[in-house]
Amino acid sequence: MLVLVTYDVQTYTNGGKKRLRKVAKKCEEYGVRVQNSVFECIVDSTQLRQLEIALEEIIDPSVDSLRYYRLGNNHEAKVKHVGAKPAIKVDKPLIF
Amino acid sequence: MKQLLNTVYVSEPDMYLALKGKNLNLLKTNESIARIPLHNIEAICTFGHQGASPALMGECMKQNISLTFFTSSGRFRGRLTGETNGNVALRKKQYRLSDNEEDSSKIARHMIIGKIFNSEQLLKRTVRDHALRVDVNRINQVIDRLQESRIVASECNDLDELRGIEGNAASNYYSVFTESILQQKDVFFFHERNRRPPLDPVNALLSFAYSLLASESAAALEGVGLDSYVGFLHRDRPGRTSLALDIMEELRSIIADRFVLKIINRKQISSKDFIVKENKAVILTDEARRTFLQLWQKEKQEDITHPYLKEKIPWGLVPHVQALLLARYLRGDLDAYPPILIR
Repeated sequence: MLVLVTYDVQTYTNGGKKRLRKVAKKCEEYGVRVQNSVFECIVDSTQLRQLEIALEEIIDPSVDSLRYYRLGNNHEAKVKHVGAKPAIKVDKPLIF
Repeated sequence: MKQLLNTVYVSEPDMYLALKGKNLNLLKTNESIARIPLHNIEAICTFGHQGASPALMGECMKQNISLTFFTSSGRFRGRLTGETNGNVALRKKQYRLSDNEEDSSKIARHMIIGKIFNSEQLLKRTVRDHALRVDVNRINQVIDRLQESRIVASECNDLDELRGIEGNAASNYYSVFTESILQQKDVFFFHERNRRPPLDPVNALLSFAYSLLASESAAALEGVGLDSYVGFLHRDRPGRTSLALDIMEELRSIIADRFVLKIINRKQISSKDFIVKENKAVILTDEARRTFLQLWQKEKQEDITHPYLKEKIPWGLVPHVQALLLARYLRGDLDAYPPILIR
């Protein structure tokens, strides 16, 4: 299924900047970065759970937040892109 | 059922494949042009002279992603294999059967029957759909002959004889193959099968499709724990994935040939897509190869109902399913290897 992961990490402190980098890195393992703090991940439920656990270990729940949008398996019609930087679709032919 | 993941094809020269996080990172002159999470990938195929970092290779082996190298003209060069998975008992059984002519012939026979049957079906479909445009008599004669060889094959216990039957059937089949080409006949004509190098556009397309199919079959076999180098019909030869060629026999016409005919008849490929080299070899242009791969990848996602499993699966999984059925036969769970027979 396609899951949209977005996060908001407070970066006033050095610790916050570190958390932001760690969160981004973890998300990059699982999906494709489509905007600055937005990732599209094609994962199964186990992989999603693993990602959730990993991210929850990184963030500071009192100031940071995470949001997961499950878009299911038929996600084609649910996503529309306008403007620059179209993202790679990992379930379409990948030819470079 | 196993899920079919995506395959990444890298056909552009001067591309470097690296690992970043758990992503495949495609670098072009040190600049990242694409990053793809490895858990979405089943296989990586590269064409030309791409390099790959050891870190990426390590991760591919760990996650059982096949990494295959082809020459820029599409000929198979090599494949990355990690630790062999699956169980030893299964592989030992495979080796024992492969050493025994009679046991080998039992499996090979079914593969040949599958191959001939599927070739017949392809020709029958041409007759059925385009009776007014093709030489029906000639095709029907060949279909009759194929049927006869299928009957002979089903009672044959001798490997050499089987190879003879197979060779005969193949040349019969190829003798009318050109009838199934309905469009662009001035460019795409077929007299006989030739390879190394292919000498006309149709042979170039067939060769390319066969080499893709061979690498997919080899990966599928390794995936179920079989040794893709030890075959039953094809004997052992260093560096040849004999078992992959074995299970490919029945898939050639239904996957590769059908696909090649489709893209010719739909005019998705045309005369400008080929280059003739000095040694008369005909190869695809870079652009055409990309189109080819794009269509091939799309085709793999089309669903079929597997006639034996009665389950709906994408085309691309067929080699995996056949590998699985072969493993089941070797384990003794099935009393014969069931080739895929597509109507």
